[in-house]
Amino acid sequence: MLRWLIGGGREPQGLAEKSPLQTIGEEQTQNPYTELLVLKAHHDIVRFLVQLDEYRFASAGDDGIVVVWNAQTGEKLLELNGHTQKITALITFPSLEACEEKNQLILTTSADRTVILWDCDTGRQVRKVSCFQSTVKCLIVLQRLNVWLSGGNDLCVWNQKLDLLCKTSHLSDTVIFRLVAPTEESLEWNILEIKRLLDHQDNILSLVNVNDVSFVTGSHVGEMIIWDILDWTVQACECNFWDPSPQLDTQQEIKLCQKPNDISIHHFTWDEENVFAAVGRGLYVYNLHMKRVIACQKSAHDSNVLHIAKLPNRQLISCSEDGSVRIWELREKQQLAAEPVPTGFFNMWGFGRVNKQASQPVKKQQENAPPCSLELIGDLIGHSSSVEMFLYFEDHGLVTCSADHLIILWKNGERESGLRSLKLFQKLEENGDLYLAV
Amino acid sequence: MISAPDVVAFTKEEEYEEEPYNEPALPEEYSVPLFPFASQGANPWSKLSGAKFSRDFILISEFSEQVGPQPLLTIPNDTKVFGTFDLNYFSLRIMSVDYQASFVGHPPGSAYPKLNFVEDSKVVLGDSKEGAFAYVHHLTLYDLEARGFVRPFCMAYISADQHKIMQQFQELSAEFSKASECLKTGNRKAFAGELEKKLKDLDYTRTVLHTETEIQKKANDKGFYSSQAIEKANELASVEKSIIEHQDLLKQIRSYPHRKLKGSPLCSGETEHTQDQASQAATTSNPDESADPDLYTCRPAYTPKLIKAKSTKCFDKKLKTLEELCDTEYFTQTLAQLSHIEHMFRGDLCYLLTSQIDRALLKQQHITNFLFEDFVEVDDRVAEKEESAPPRPVPGRPPSRSLEECPIPQVLISVGSYKSSVESVPIKMEQELGDEYREAEVTEVSSFDPQENLDFLDTDMKGSISSGESIEVLGTEKSTPVLPKSDSQASLTVPLSPQVVRSKAVSHRTISEDSIEVLSTCPSEALIPDDFKASYPSAINEEESYADDSEGAIHFQASVSPPELGEAEEGSLENPLSQIDSSCCIGKESDSLRVPLSTPAHTPSEQDGVVSIPPQRCMQKDQGFRVDFAVENASPSRDNSSEGFPADELDPNRLLASRDASKTSLDNCSDTTSNMSSVASTSSDRTPSSAHPTGPSSERHKKRAGQNALKFIRQYPFAHPAIYSLLSGRTLVVLGEDEAIVRKLVTALSIFVPSHSRFAKPVKHWVSSPLHIMDFQKWKLIGLQRVASPAGAGTLHALSRYSRYTSVLDLDNKALRCPLYRGTLVPRLADHRTQIKRGSTYYLHVQSMLTQLCSKAFLYAFCHHLHLPAHNKETEEVVASRQASFLKLNLGLVNEDVKVVQYLAELLKLHYTQEAPGTSHPTLRFDYVPSFLYKI
Repeated sequence: MLRWLIGGGREPQGLAEKSPLQTIGEEQTQNPYTELLVLKAHHDIVRFLVQLDEYRFASAGDDGIVVVWNAQTGEKLLELNGHTQKITALITFPSLEACEEKNQLILTTSADRTVILWDCDTGRQVRKVSCFQSTVKCLIVLQRLNVWLSGGNDLCVWNQKLDLLCKTSHLSDTVIFRLVAPTEESLEWNILEIKRLLDHQDNILSLVNVNDVSFVTGSHVGEMIIWDILDWTVQACECNFWDPSPQLDTQQEIKLCQKPNDISIHHFTWDEENVFAAVGRGLYVYNLHMKRVIACQKSAHDSNVLHIAKLPNRQLISCSEDGSVRIWELREKQQLAAEPVPTGFFNMWGFGRVNKQASQPVKKQQENAPPCSLELIGDLIGHSSSVEMFLYFEDHGLVTCSADHLIILWKNGERESGLRSLKLFQKLEENGDLYLAV
Repeated sequence: MISAPDVVAFTKEEEYEEEPYNEPALPEEYSVPLFPFASQGANPWSKLSGAKFSRDFILISEFSEQVGPQPLLTIPNDTKVFGTFDLNYFSLRIMSVDYQASFVGHPPGSAYPKLNFVEDSKVVLGDSKEGAFAYVHHLTLYDLEARGFVRPFCMAYISADQHKIMQQFQELSAEFSKASECLKTGNRKAFAGELEKKLKDLDYTRTVLHTETEIQKKANDKGFYSSQAIEKANELASVEKSIIEHQDLLKQIRSYPHRKLKGSPLCSGETEHTQDQASQAATTSNPDESADPDLYTCRPAYTPKLIKAKSTKCFDKKLKTLEELCDTEYFTQTLAQLSHIEHMFRGDLCYLLTSQIDRALLKQQHITNFLFEDFVEVDDRVAEKEESAPPRPVPGRPPSRSLEECPIPQVLISVGSYKSSVESVPIKMEQELGDEYREAEVTEVSSFDPQENLDFLDTDMKGSISSGESIEVLGTEKSTPVLPKSDSQASLTVPLSPQVVRSKAVSHRTISEDSIEVLSTCPSEALIPDDFKASYPSAINEEESYADDSEGAIHFQASVSPPELGEAEEGSLENPLSQIDSSCCIGKESDSLRVPLSTPAHTPSEQDGVVSIPPQRCMQKDQGFRVDFAVENASPSRDNSSEGFPADELDPNRLLASRDASKTSLDNCSDTTSNMSSVASTSSDRTPSSAHPTGPSSERHKKRAGQNALKFIRQYPFAHPAIYSLLSGRTLVVLGEDEAIVRKLVTALSIFVPSHSRFAKPVKHWVSSPLHIMDFQKWKLIGLQRVASPAGAGTLHALSRYSRYTSVLDLDNKALRCPLYRGTLVPRLADHRTQIKRGSTYYLHVQSMLTQLCSKAFLYAFCHHLHLPAHNKETEEVVASRQASFLKLNLGLVNEDVKVVQYLAELLKLHYTQEAPGTSHPTLRFDYVPSFLYKI
């Protein structure tokens, strides 16, 4: 019962024993987030966060309310009540250029089979659509065409005024639809099925458009397929994330928990050259040019990684069902170094496992050495339950939302301190109390 | 230097010590040990002054027109408080000094009675026989049934300590004025209601009479009226008149705020006169109804009834009680205010003064004081009031004359008025009794002063100092008739009393320079006039007769120089009998009092008793106490000036200690030695049993917290990192099974926790559920229950999960897990080898250290150049390095101390910039630093 006390600065032993989770300890010099603010407004799991502008974001979750926050101060700006059941999707809705009001709009959809268009400046409910047969699971806005699509059991296309343009019937697999825009000849919107892509063996969980020429899909059994966007052919397929063969000899624990859930691809993010995939508990970096995984962290978290994001400074942030958020840095490995992996990296893994682990990458390096590594530079522990999503603000830090009904605003303490000083002197100046020594 | 005002008794000694060589040494025969029994461990605070009551209380009395002065109620309403003290007698005394009581009447120019909105008068008086000194606040309430519609009341703060009354005069006056205002407002409300009822009555009566007259008219239309008809017509006319009068009164009472006593003093005789007429008319007009007036006038639930035009005069009806006179809501509010006053002025004068100074100083640090001080709202209010109050006349100087320049005595509302009445006493003395009387006076002064440690004077000094001689000086000074200070009173032609008042005031100053021997033995010579009054009963009697006198004098002046006084004054001159009418009663009563009052005061036995008894008692009981003291004095809590001082200097400490003592008995973990000794001393001590104005809980809290913190520091070698955690804003979780122990330690450690806002410390004394991230944002010190059952696993798991935000103090295992601390600040704050023994001393030590820290944080937070780049090209690194060097070089902070100041600075910034302070919790700041495990 008291082992935590004896353990000093270490993570609880129980966790360390359960998995070879990489831990970082309490000294995190590179972790900039030294200040946090807990925001409490929701009464149930908070699942969605969306950025409205430079300083505002909206959150939504299972309690059916949407809350608009100030990311700088953590102030609750608005509470949008309209949905009676849990919210299933949230998206910002770009206002028309022609539209006289420049207010920020968001679209929400809920299990009560309605879609509501909100004005985030006034909290007004602009429009409400409630003619759905089934729950809308996702929303997407095609800004080019000024339409938005709702996807559930069927796919509907809507215009800005929330008029239904056209819809499809049931859809099951990856299907490419062509949206036929109305032309002079035909004033009808239509949606046509073009091709069904049937290469995945299981449910597809994630899909991202990587660039103009390709998109990526990930399935429940850990297949990642990169498709060509023009002819819809498979460019590459990576499905050995879950392949236990290299680990078999080394890590029994991993093999034991190789349930399909652990290798399902939950989320993708990408930059110019890499696709980052959250696969089960691990993180993988797939290079589009080299068409191979260049770095991986097989057990980045204790539990499934739910959301990942790439930061500009080669950093990757991941959040997981284990309630933690981790910050990773993609570093080039020194190929010729005698010790390919920094010792500190492995020393934290545990006691008896150091030798085994050290031998494994060496072996891997010989056959298929990943040229880069994901280095843990910090973790954020605050939530007591699964962290559903996070949002990164360039200026204000990180916002995380969780199943424990909380939203936490993580801030850079030093920067905040500077900002407070600035505010202080501004106020002093306003009050006329500021005397500058000449 | 000596003539400088000494507000606090113990500062005087310090002042005295500051330049002991600049001063020519006193002749041997005059050099008096400041407190001769100090060496024997006597406690000057514990001596009784012969008072018959156990502690200060508030007395409300009335000058009833039926039975004369009578006590109505006391606050606290506990017979133990005033004990055998004769309230009836004292009521008589305090009611009889209201020399400016005035009455309602018909002013000469007006046809109807006018209400006189009298300002309250504030007087200090003393009674050495009873050992009681009182601040007396006179006020008048309106009562429709009372003579002249007014009922004189007074509220008195009665204390055995004369200096307390004198030095707290402003505060007392302000507080009592509030109570009085409240009472009077309620009374006006009730009076207006009463008038309305009466008007309805009258209206109804008029209607009835009118109908009757009409009927009669119709009944006999023979051209002549029957006597009955004439009677009816007369009655009707008088009712009409009465209606108009009452309407006028109602109008007056309603327009109160607009015409708040700028008018002239009115003559009461006029009222009597007209009232007599009216009542005559009433009786003649309606003799049959006069038999049962009460039936018609006293009705709580109201329906208009037939009444006679004029109610009967006093003596045959029951007067309203104070409660009935005032609107209930206001009455309870007044009582609340009075008990607030009683709380506020509890305790010894020194304590009151130091706490006032303390508050004033705290007030100055309005940006930082929220961090560590328990700032009670009440204190804030008091401090504000003190600021806004007019500059207080410094004791020891002639009272400010500006107040006395006001020509109308009724508006004299401050010390000035009091002084004048008091100081004029010697005139009479001089005229009537001469020198021997004055000699007696002086001895009385010295021997009856309870606070000045002068009891020994009689025995030790009488031979060496010729009190008669020094009085001679006084006398000559007094007789100087010149004193032409630019002053309206000085120019009066027959200004017997005011002139001498002036000369007296000046003479004090002169004496204080000339005859040091008298003054050096008398620590606050400034208060001599009060001594006269307070210690010598006949002086008080004289003052009462003076009250009449001064009125006479002023009226006389009015006739000589009318422009000085209101024209309306002439009204009173037209009716000189009114003076007698209003004050004859008082005069008579004081006459009758004079003899029994003055005689016992002279008896030497009483003097001896005062002198000899208390020291003996102290000698017996305060031995251990003193020993404690010497040790404590060496502690760093006192500033340097206090060290190496003789025992007398320790008085403030002694006071503190004895105050402690009263609470020590309540404390289950206090030092045994101090406990024993102080309890012993408490039993003989009157004053310390009461509490500090901020309330007994906070006082006790401080003391206990200090004591337990001291214990913690001595007991745990790792107290420093734990305290560092608290100071740097890292939540400290105190984990333990026993709730009482955890709570106690949490309370103790809470003195180190910086507050986020003015309202509450971020301390949670006891939690049994698993902690959450919100808790760390909200609380900086948490007492956590350790549960042995599996349910406790969740608690511990949460604790380990959030270990980066917390330091954990495990009381059961005597272990601490927290970041390393290598600074120098905390060792000074919490030295386990400290010589401090007492909780409250340690608390003060901590407060002073933390205040120092606060000022550093303030400097750091508010230095412009530290936080903003000097020019555009300056990078953040330069600014950061400038901050670091400032913290290190200018503030002298090392290692982790920097974090403490930075944290406090953040709190300051946040507090300053917040729109509404205290509305939101600050963000949770933390560092990614490794923790270490400490174990005993």
